[in-house]
Amino acid sequence: MKPEELLELLKHALGGLAKEVTVRKGYVEVLVDADSVVPVANKLKELGFDHVKSVTATDYPKESKIRVTYHVSSYLREDLAKPILGLSVDLPRDNPVMESLTGVWRSSEFQEREVYEFFGVTFRGHPDLRPLLLIPELAERRVLRKDFVVKEESIYEGVPHRYQ
Amino acid sequence: MEGQKLQGMVVRRVEKELYEVFIGPQHPGSGHMRIIVRLDGDVIVEADPDIGYVHRTMEKLSEVREWLKPIPLLERMTIIDACNITVPYVNALEKLMDKSPPPRASYLRVLLCEINRVASHLYGFGIFGVFLGHSTMYMWAFGDREVFVELAEILTGARLTHSYPIPGGVRRDMPQDFPEMARRAVRYMRGRLEEYRRIFVDNPVIVKRLEGVGVISRNKAAELGIVGPNVRASGIRYDVRLAEPYEVYDELDFEIPVFEEGDALARTWVRVEEIKQSLSIIEQAVDWLERHKGEPIIPKEDYDKLPKLHREVYEKTGRVKLLPAHATMKIPAGKAIARGEMGRGEIIYYVESDGGTTPYRVRVVTPSARNAIVFKYIVPGHRLMDLPAIYGSIDYFPPEADR
Amino acid sequence: MDVKAVDKVYVGNINVAARRARELLLGKLKLGDVIDWATTFSLWPVHLLTSCCGAEFAATWSPRFDAEQYGALPWVAPRQTNFIIIEGTVTRKMACALRITYEQMPHPKFVIAMGACALDGGLFYNSYNIVRPWEVVPVDVYIPGCPPPPEAVARAIIDLRRKIREKKLASRWLIEGWRHDRDPVKPADDVCKWWRP
Repeated sequence: MKPEELLELLKHALGGLAKEVTVRKGYVEVLVDADSVVPVANKLKELGFDHVKSVTATDYPKESKIRVTYHVSSYLREDLAKPILGLSVDLPRDNPVMESLTGVWRSSEFQEREVYEFFGVTFRGHPDLRPLLLIPELAERRVLRKDFVVKEESIYEGVPHRYQ
Repeated sequence: MEGQKLQGMVVRRVEKELYEVFIGPQHPGSGHMRIIVRLDGDVIVEADPDIGYVHRTMEKLSEVREWLKPIPLLERMTIIDACNITVPYVNALEKLMDKSPPPRASYLRVLLCEINRVASHLYGFGIFGVFLGHSTMYMWAFGDREVFVELAEILTGARLTHSYPIPGGVRRDMPQDFPEMARRAVRYMRGRLEEYRRIFVDNPVIVKRLEGVGVISRNKAAELGIVGPNVRASGIRYDVRLAEPYEVYDELDFEIPVFEEGDALARTWVRVEEIKQSLSIIEQAVDWLERHKGEPIIPKEDYDKLPKLHREVYEKTGRVKLLPAHATMKIPAGKAIARGEMGRGEIIYYVESDGGTTPYRVRVVTPSARNAIVFKYIVPGHRLMDLPAIYGSIDYFPPEADR
Repeated sequence: MDVKAVDKVYVGNINVAARRARELLLGKLKLGDVIDWATTFSLWPVHLLTSCCGAEFAATWSPRFDAEQYGALPWVAPRQTNFIIIEGTVTRKMACALRITYEQMPHPKFVIAMGACALDGGLFYNSYNIVRPWEVVPVDVYIPGCPPPPEAVARAIIDLRRKIREKKLASRWLIEGWRHDRDPVKPADDVCKWWRP
């Protein structure tokens, strides 16, 4: 399915729920409000998007927001297997809370745990929300946010002995 | 009841007739992960994969290093499948830079990808043999893997960490006597696969341990979002090389093996069939490369920038010497998503650039990271001794899952 | 047929070599020397894999390189093994497992650190989730490389054997009860602090 056809399909299916739909270089991204993410996800699942490929979060400290993106695609409908659709939600940086989509797509369970430990995004309704990869002490520091700085080797300061 | 210590594991009685067993991270199989299982007798009631023992913070380190440096960094995730894991990252950069590699470079990438895929599947078979107590399979698979590791070494100069693709091309051209070596390796491996079938895949002991174990139905596979040979063993015809052909996979002739059963044996068979297809792709790529000798392996605009000495080295030896400007290059702002098919399944890169010398965000989702969910939802209901069979059959590789 | 003694390994005719070895072991050496001699030929690494160098660790015992010829065989349980090969990066979570495994092993026990990451972080030198292995366990032999080829691992095993023979590590450890040539390594902070079952 071409991105343009997918765009038509989405506009028809989502109606006014989507805040913004963008197509760039074959990558379709749907931006929605935090309240309407579950109905949109349900609509997408009805269309045939049956699994989550990745749950990505990006930190924008200047705009004081964290954008959580679900990249969804389909296994069972072969025409939908080609495109990857991004479903994005903007959350405030000081208190990022959103509804968990594990009820819609179970494949997002482990990756939501990852976003939780790396960015501190809380998913309401997640069955088992605890750190996946990190030890609890590190998980509290939200390591993938931009204000957690990792020092790189430089010709002026030399090699940092270790991370502090 | 007090915790009782056994060799390498802690056993606790959590409820009446329910025991909790901690398996790993030091355990007889291979893999640096822990699975906490709760047992009723020897039937698993609940399994909780505890991963992250090899989490080396690839995503954070990619954000602080210049655009080219994540290539050797990211390939440490799956050191045995190094080309497959870096090609999608390089593709993402090329999408952002609006650059495309010349066809010869694409064919060289595909050639190395398929060599890596065969080596990776053989590694998987060897580890599977260790899990099932079948030492012959470990010895044979690792011995034959050396053939393909050697091929990759001749092509790139490194046994495992090739760092072969660079944005716009590849690092080195093929040596002259490479095609003959590749054809010999392919002939050898075809003969060996028949012996593998006799000693491992059709072995009655192995068949008894794998048949009907860890069955993942078609709908369940789609619900859990698992990838690679595991999803193709459940009757879903999905392969990135087919869904979104990257590099030159649309010009090559190969099949996607699909099995319907969804059990551990079907997953093993998919890998055997995939090795056959990869061998055929290696032959086709080598034939094409021999027919198109002397074509460039980097784009013309890059070649024009090279100083005289670098050009001489490139034309005489086929080696690309990168300029210092490559290390600090800036990439236009934007977002790109790229995917590729590794030996274990689909890998996805989401790269975001703000126009600087380092990536703003690199998100990588590896096949094993998506397969880890199998332990939670498929393992319960099986007996404890089925766990090694399921673990080995989904070909889980912890450094890749933990990133 | 002449028999040569290379580092107390007899090479040549098997019957003559066996007689010479018998004479040496039973007639000339003390029991402590025999323990050192025996330890060098039965270095069994525990099956603890810490990172991606494990791929080359596995290849070392594969038919092409065949490290079993040095008397080393990877074994599953720490109680029956006497050395650890640390394959690459040790993360904070893994440091706990490494220390527990090390403490479970009976002495004399030795450690080989494999790969650049085990030396001083390697590619991941500024990562927030790794520890230096020498802060967790005492390391005897380091192998550089990223990843080191299987030949380098085999070389490290031979180096460790020589070290045990020259410094009489195994026998003096048994006599004195502790490692005589170096201080014990105590992890700076409790590496298993995070672990709550």
